[in-house]
Amino acid sequence: MVSAKKTIHIEPVTRVEGHGKVSIQLDENNQVTQARLHIVEFRGFERFILGRPYWEVPVLVQRLCGICPVSHHLAAAKAMDLIHGVEELSPTAEKMRRLMHYGQHFQSHALHFFHLCSPDLLFGFDADVAIRNVIGVARKFPDLAVQGVMMRKYGQEVIKRTAGKKIHGTGAIPGGINKNLSTEEHDELINGFGDMPGIDQMLEWSRGALKIAKDYTLDNLDSVADFGSFDSNHLGFVKEDGAMDLYHGNLRAVDKDGNKIFDQIDYQTYTDYIQEEVRPWSYMKFPFIKSVGPKDGWYRVGPLARINVCDSIDTPEADAELKEFRKATGTACCNITMAYHWTRMIELLHSCEKIKQLLEDADLQGEELVRTGERRGEAVGLIEAPRGTLFHHYEVDENDQVTMANLIVSTTHNNVPMNRAVQKVAADHISGQAEITEGLLNHVEVAIRAYDPCLSCATHALGRMPLDVELLDASGQVVDHKRT
Amino acid sequence: MSENVTLTIDGKDITGEKGQTIMDAALANDIYIPHLCHHPDLAPYGSCRVCTCLVNGRPQTACTFPISDGMEVENDTDTVNEMRKQIVEMLFVEGNHYCMFCEKSGNCELQALAYRFGVTTPRYPYQFPKREVDASHPNVWIDRDRCVLCARCIRASKDVDGKHAFDFAGRGPNRHISVDAADGIEHTPVDADDKAVQVCPVGSLMLKRQGYKIPIGQRKYDHEPIGTDIETGASKKQ
Repeated sequence: MVSAKKTIHIEPVTRVEGHGKVSIQLDENNQVTQARLHIVEFRGFERFILGRPYWEVPVLVQRLCGICPVSHHLAAAKAMDLIHGVEELSPTAEKMRRLMHYGQHFQSHALHFFHLCSPDLLFGFDADVAIRNVIGVARKFPDLAVQGVMMRKYGQEVIKRTAGKKIHGTGAIPGGINKNLSTEEHDELINGFGDMPGIDQMLEWSRGALKIAKDYTLDNLDSVADFGSFDSNHLGFVKEDGAMDLYHGNLRAVDKDGNKIFDQIDYQTYTDYIQEEVRPWSYMKFPFIKSVGPKDGWYRVGPLARINVCDSIDTPEADAELKEFRKATGTACCNITMAYHWTRMIELLHSCEKIKQLLEDADLQGEELVRTGERRGEAVGLIEAPRGTLFHHYEVDENDQVTMANLIVSTTHNNVPMNRAVQKVAADHISGQAEITEGLLNHVEVAIRAYDPCLSCATHALGRMPLDVELLDASGQVVDHKRT
Repeated sequence: MSENVTLTIDGKDITGEKGQTIMDAALANDIYIPHLCHHPDLAPYGSCRVCTCLVNGRPQTACTFPISDGMEVENDTDTVNEMRKQIVEMLFVEGNHYCMFCEKSGNCELQALAYRFGVTTPRYPYQFPKREVDASHPNVWIDRDRCVLCARCIRASKDVDGKHAFDFAGRGPNRHISVDAADGIEHTPVDADDKAVQVCPVGSLMLKRQGYKIPIGQRKYDHEPIGTDIETGASKKQ
């Protein structure tokens, strides 16, 4: 006799960076009994950089990803600065790297907002899949589509002028940077060039994108407040004064109410505070806060978490937006999953303000690029990547060869939260439904997309992104099959 | 007084000196013959075969073949360049060449030749040989994955540095650069300023802690194909 229990697979999940699948198990009454996000890629970078010389790592390891390679490039470079014996970079090197990093945040957040998530926000989760995509956005909102493309391009141009090329550059080297910003490059970024507008237009467009995300959240607060939401801890960088810093800072973790679990932790000691757990059904590890334990110690990272852990933002417009966000959400710590979009756009504006500030700094034209010091054997490099806190930890032997590497990437931190979001949306929207439509399944993907996961990074591959859904009975027989 | 020899390269009359190789005569006349193991400061070797030309209709390595009166050399022709392209592809599959993160990228003669010949992907299967890194020296390291067995380091160490610190070991597909010490390059007299360390055409014998210091856009082959300096006469002015 065939049981009426079913499993739905969403494979691969679409409009995310990388390749994953969702499985949803239903009982006889179509009630969800289990829902999981599986990360099915395997990369193995931690293994195959062993034996490579340490100065090669920032260039090699960024090949994990084509979306935010700058984050891996800089996290590895920060670790290798210390291996190289350099505690403090020259002002030119530090500011060039920061400019590269803010360019990365700007392009990545613009890409996610305009290309990946805007179809859901502009057309609705249930809209016809034929228009609920980036082409649909381009047809109905052509000005917006152009802005999205140009903002991403601008960020990439910043990266090109700091890292040497738009994807997989070589700018950051142990102890510093290999170039400064020429006055010609500076003028291009300030004033624009060709059909590319300058920084002031980018600021204007950033304000517009932020307004869309903010208005969407506020107009739909009743429905989005509970959509895939749950209480959680949050982790991120803050400066010594508690302000947000995306390039460098100390670790702060807060609980669901905003109470500090730890604060101002030097990330060189992260293993005293963060631990990783392995589970058999995913290639991704599950990190947790040691003092809270594996059951409740999981946490969120990324724009929402950074907004939750920081006391302020050190650029005026973004700081004003932070205050407005806190006032609107009414709590010290916001646990609304869909608020990721609003907070991501606050960071987009912050990154743009930072780029402008940096471009006005003459240190970018300085001549001191690299420093040296006394070699050491072990170091940790952390950075706030667009998707959240990124850990790179290395040991290097006396021959300059890497002997140990541990990478905890942003999406790995968000592993449990994304699974919680999938479970919540499945239970709220799929349980009890007689027919599982594409629109219903998109609800699950909307919850995942809020985190802007980079699944390839998290397993340390890129896959094509069709949606393939199979409805199976308990004997594994396919009873329904949908493919877009 | 040297005796002049007259020959043609791709139909162009050129004059060289008796005893010169085709390569030397071509270079003296601003003609680029693609090459890899040839180096102007080292004795001819003829191992890489990239400089192969048709000499009076027969394939010969230009770096070792002496010129003679009335010689007809085919160099920059479709037939010859296709032959060279295949040789470059074979060199790629015989080693482990990961240009995307190699610190020699942009300054690598093998990579530059591949770009010049339009190699997009080798037509031969990758061999993925297992090769060893030797980073035991404080300032110099060997990545044998990238070695093309050109013997520049062997010749430079022996003939210029007077050390004979390197030589080949193994045969056939197992041939590799070895050092004159049982426990690695650390125990050889190699110094960072040795000619041997300067002449590697690929990223195999390198100085430590120097990688990626030249930004993209300022590397040797970032803007012009390899050989352009010879074809324009710029190499003589340097």
